Amino acid sequence: MAVEAIGSTARVKVAPWNDPVIRGWVFQIVVVGLVGALFWFLISNTIDNLQRQKIASGFHYLEREAGFEIGDTMIPYSPASTYARAIWVGILNTLRVAVLGIIISTVFGTLIGVGRLSRNWLLAKICEWYVEAFRNVPLLLWLFLIYKMISEAFPGPRQAIRLLWDSVFLSNRGLYFPIPMGDPIHKWMAVGLFVGLAAALVIKRWAKARQDATGQPFPTFRVGTAVTLGVPFVVWLLGGAPHRMSWPELTGFNFTGGMVIQPEFTALLVGLVLYTSAFIAEIVRSGILAINKGQSEAAAAIGLTRGQEMRLILLPQAMRVIVPPLTSQYLNITKNSSLAIAIGYPDLVAAVNVTINQTGQAIENILLIMAAYLTVSLSISAFMNWYNKRLALKER
Amino acid sequence: MTDAAQTGPAHGVGGRPQLAPPKLETGVLGWMHHNLFSSWANGVTTIVLIVATVSFLSSFLDWAVVRATWTAASGAECRGGGACWALIHEKYRYIFFGSFPYEQQWRPLFACLAMIAMLLISSDRRTWNWRLLAIWTVGSFITFLLMFGQLHFPFVLFLIIALVGGGGGMAIRSRVAESGELNAYRIAAAIGLVGVVLRLTGILPPFGITIAPFSYVETGSWGGLPVTLILATYGLAFAFPFGILLALGRRSNLPLIKGLSVGFIELIRGVPLISLLIMASVMLPLFLPSGSNIDKFLRAQVAVILFAGAYIAEIVRGGLQSLPKGQFEAADAMALNYVQKTALIILPQALRVVIPPLINTFIGFFKDTSLVLIIGIFDFLNTANSALVDPAWAGFPAEVYLFAALVYFIFCFSMSRYSKYLEIELNKGTRR
Repeated sequence: MAVEAIGSTARVKVAPWNDPVIRGWVFQIVVVGLVGALFWFLISNTIDNLQRQKIASGFHYLEREAGFEIGDTMIPYSPASTYARAIWVGILNTLRVAVLGIIISTVFGTLIGVGRLSRNWLLAKICEWYVEAFRNVPLLLWLFLIYKMISEAFPGPRQAIRLLWDSVFLSNRGLYFPIPMGDPIHKWMAVGLFVGLAAALVIKRWAKARQDATGQPFPTFRVGTAVTLGVPFVVWLLGGAPHRMSWPELTGFNFTGGMVIQPEFTALLVGLVLYTSAFIAEIVRSGILAINKGQSEAAAAIGLTRGQEMRLILLPQAMRVIVPPLTSQYLNITKNSSLAIAIGYPDLVAAVNVTINQTGQAIENILLIMAAYLTVSLSISAFMNWYNKRLALKER
Repeated sequence: MTDAAQTGPAHGVGGRPQLAPPKLETGVLGWMHHNLFSSWANGVTTIVLIVATVSFLSSFLDWAVVRATWTAASGAECRGGGACWALIHEKYRYIFFGSFPYEQQWRPLFACLAMIAMLLISSDRRTWNWRLLAIWTVGSFITFLLMFGQLHFPFVLFLIIALVGGGGGMAIRSRVAESGELNAYRIAAAIGLVGVVLRLTGILPPFGITIAPFSYVETGSWGGLPVTLILATYGLAFAFPFGILLALGRRSNLPLIKGLSVGFIELIRGVPLISLLIMASVMLPLFLPSGSNIDKFLRAQVAVILFAGAYIAEIVRGGLQSLPKGQFEAADAMALNYVQKTALIILPQALRVVIPPLINTFIGFFKDTSLVLIIGIFDFLNTANSALVDPAWAGFPAEVYLFAALVYFIFCFSMSRYSKYLEIELNKGTRR
């Protein structure tokens, strides 16, 4: 401030060593010089050390054969695949657990947060103790506890717990359940899902316009859900309703066929959701408490039920307070998913860590990790900032 | 109407005696009616919750108390189906102090107590002045003397203190202090500067004072609670001034300084702590001249400091932004220099606002230090985890983890309550 004020009115004669503008630049040059010297020191040491230890540099290793097994993959992968493929598997695994974690903990955390404000004393107390218990203990400890409980409390594959007439098997190798066999119609069903979703959005706009004009409400949610799910169902029927399923079967010491949710993934997801929900609950609670009491009283005065009041009056307004801290919780879930390495879920950090150990190329790999997380973090921030702007109070 | 008003509450409208309120509206019954059974849905919820809570608690107590084994020679004797607390009894020394030499374990115990005492004393607002510096100097001295057993103070450390103290004094007391006081700062700074330069150029030989009352224990043998406490406490203590500098840099008018600060803060906040820890453990050795070997513990501590610094910077920035512009302008109008303006006017007000969120950050870092187990440092969670490895006591993870969770909970819960209390206490002046 001082710099601008004096700089803009200039013309006052001062000695160069007393001129704030010159001082500012000298100070900046000194600091940047020191930081640059530090970097030069680190980089020259690094080059020296790399040459001494004969470690290759560059990203050529990405095209070489990885040679390690990954237990849980979403895309085809084998030890013969490249390092690039292994790291891509890790990125997808990170995204899978982060996206599911964000969705589930938002829902669960909101329920707990609303529960803490319930008029039912017992429910409010239970929610409060849930929050305190999970907020005050490290996430890593919960992950260990959940993982150990799954792997020790559940029986081996041969004594697996059988559910739903022997179609679902629960054991310490994970949860096995049947899935439909691959069929070309599935691709068209996915297209149908998007068409249904688009149709539901159109219906929502029409319903809102009609309600604004005539005041007649429309069951948007029910109709929208029916349309979204109905279109792919019709596509499935038109495609001849293929219903061949892949069933899990016990062969030897483990199951084959079907779909599996592995214990590492389950433990990580459950741990992340339980932990983050406690924080989201507090954010939701403080957001709702930040709303003027008159809003709540007005809602009661026009005869809304407590549920309608929450859904139509309180939560939409609370969102403005909630969204910024919620964004940082979403970023936390993404970053905390890197704890996967401690319980053996093959996420990005775990895959890169193996790569570092095998190739010795620490710098390139750590740059990869940072670039990947920065990309994800910045995308989440950008999306949430856009959403926040849309929610912001439109003042005229 | 007037009659009723004059005869008071004993009579209702129309001269009839006023009845007592319905039994369902007062006392215990009234409380239950309002808070548990206010409607059908509420009543059903209450009953379901009571049944669920009672069944959960009874099976938990059955496991943790009724069928538990409290003393046993090995895990094999723990087959009652209940909790095996004998495992904790057997392993608690290891869980708390790791592989610190067994006969010397009173040292980490007292180091922990010293640190807890230091934190407790600093939680009293009356010590928030020069006393804080004194308490932390003495407390840290005791802690590290007990942990290491022997401390070496190089002479150059005192020169650096003279340089920083003298320079700071010169800036803050400029045009305020008498010339005698200012000269003292100038002399201290000059001695410090000359000494440091002489030491760096190698003209001054290495020289120092060694205090060695106990046997030396290297950081590799440290473990358990003291490691967690040191990583979190000193991580934050060093990150605090660093974070303030970053926040000031981010709010600065100087484009290069601002760019550097923003770049650092956003980079660190965008990546997980684990990636920094892995970086500290595999990349730092590459960064330094070959042959130099930095202690693994110190590397983790540096990673924690850098990480915490970025988060603290954002919190402090919030405090700086909450100050009205008039405070900055008034300080400029008083012709205070930048250091005086910042140290005497801006920071005291800005930091006051951010103390409660800073304590919450500290709670976060207290928990997050548990991640150091991934690079093989034995913090409290890691010692608890490796206490499970003993084959004689295999198969009781829940007991150990619940015990560790309880210890973490006690620390974090009391800190969060303190932060809540402080928030109310500090806002007393502004509340209506």
